[in-house]
Amino acid sequence: MTPDRLAMRVRPGRWLMILPPLLFLVIFFLIPFCFAFKISFADATIAVPPFSKLLTVAPDGHFALTFTLDNYRYLITDDVYLLSYIFSLRTAFVSTIICLLIGYPMAYAIARAPRSTQTILLLLIILPFWTSFLLRVYALQGIISEHGLLNNLLVALGIIHAPLRIMHTTLAVYIGIVYSYLPFMILPLYATLEKLDGTLLEAAADLGTPPWRAFLDITLPLSLPGVIAGCLLVFIPAIGEFVIPALLGGPDSLMIGRVLWDEFFANHNWPVASAVATAFLVLLVGPIALYQHYQMKDHAP
Amino acid sequence: MTARLPWGLVMVLALGLAFLYLPILVLIAYSFNASALVTVWGGFSAVWYARLLHNPQVLSAALLSLEVGVAATSCAVVLGTMAAAALVRVRRFRGRFLLTGMVHAPLVVPEIITGITLLLLFVSMSQILGWPHHRGFLTLVLAHISFCMAYVTVTVQPRLAGADRALEEAAMDLGASPLRAFLEITLPIISPALISGWLLGLTLSLDDLVISSFVAGPGSSTLPMVIYSKVKLGVSPDMNALASLVILTVSIGVCCAGWLMRRAEVQRARDRQLAEQG
Repeated sequence: MTPDRLAMRVRPGRWLMILPPLLFLVIFFLIPFCFAFKISFADATIAVPPFSKLLTVAPDGHFALTFTLDNYRYLITDDVYLLSYIFSLRTAFVSTIICLLIGYPMAYAIARAPRSTQTILLLLIILPFWTSFLLRVYALQGIISEHGLLNNLLVALGIIHAPLRIMHTTLAVYIGIVYSYLPFMILPLYATLEKLDGTLLEAAADLGTPPWRAFLDITLPLSLPGVIAGCLLVFIPAIGEFVIPALLGGPDSLMIGRVLWDEFFANHNWPVASAVATAFLVLLVGPIALYQHYQMKDHAP
Repeated sequence: MTARLPWGLVMVLALGLAFLYLPILVLIAYSFNASALVTVWGGFSAVWYARLLHNPQVLSAALLSLEVGVAATSCAVVLGTMAAAALVRVRRFRGRFLLTGMVHAPLVVPEIITGITLLLLFVSMSQILGWPHHRGFLTLVLAHISFCMAYVTVTVQPRLAGADRALEEAAMDLGASPLRAFLEITLPIISPALISGWLLGLTLSLDDLVISSFVAGPGSSTLPMVIYSKVKLGVSPDMNALASLVILTVSIGVCCAGWLMRRAEVQRARDRQLAEQG
């Protein structure tokens, strides 16, 4: 395409198509972040709404700008925020690795199944994703709670004598995240494994390569884009997860989502919550940018 | 590949699927438990389903969730399709970078942050503009549109990029306006993506707890908010019944939608073949 065609003016009619979604997202997605950023510099007050104004205009036209960095100072001095952020990262990381270890062989098996079976297996993987996330996390309680199926089974078989304490521990949070996000890991892995050129493996076998060697040298490197996409699709939402630690975790599984929730609903400290949200978002930019980068590369012509 | 799967892979697949489905099956089984104690099997009974139907709190929350879901998803399909069309059809425009970013960001920004920022927006707006007066149906719908839209755009965009532009150009050569050509030619072609986008949006909207908790005012609890406040206290048999109903409805809906869409696709392929032969 020539440069002058690229610089072609957008026809006025087209703005009717572009503007509504653009304006909606600016108002209901972008501007809210600006408000959160602004309020993170305000003082907490006992009022409705519970934060001070940054800009006050006196009747005589004088205005005063008052803002405070106390909320951010508070984030650094009170280690609950830093600890919960590190705990969230660790929990998300461990869960992502478990998801990968379970999801990779499953995706591999689906990709190698006969065509007609593949469709059914994929439907079975996607179906739980369509059913309620909240209710599936709740359903896990029936398995891992003190008198759940797992404990009853193990006790009945005589493997253990007293029920295991899984509910309200960090282990339960891992199980919850793996259970909820497994489809997100399997689908991108399947997509890359399914495209894999089978003749490469045949050639390797013809040349006498043992299957495990062929897997390590051919299949694994070629499926790396799927591994990265799957890991980020699990890792990113897992960091900010609220429902799973709130329902399955114990008092010590303080993930950042729960801390934010409590700051807002229990402590009613909106400015500190805004500061936590801002800091959290800044810290998330890394993984999100990485994900966008790989998305862009995938969609590049 | 037609070679038989090694038994190790079959085992992994079976165990993985069992892991995904066992909790749901156990939940459905226990929803028919006559005993109020969740640990004891007291015989088969549908008493919890009957009790559910007489629970006004659950019923009104379910109604609100449905109303919000349908309203928000329908708006999101319109706006999301416009965004997808803008990104696919208009190569360069001011704000393209911004739109691309904002369309994809809700997929990765944690819900809790979206919830907090939207609440702060609504509070600040009512402070500055005097609108909205209170948080409820309208704020819920606006919040749900903003996160459903992203999923609609992501679903519609590849389908739209794959749609044959020549058909629309032919219609315009024959005198149709660009809007009419889009509505009558391209829209039917991308309709499967619109339907999946709508269903996906509805599912996410009906399931949303975190964002709704922030933007809903007192007295406007959606179904997930009621469920959360109940199950926070532990397993309760009437919630088992509710969960079973929701999961069964969604599963049947998804299977039907899948089947209908596949049938439509087969029909279209047959039509095209006939057209090429004729």
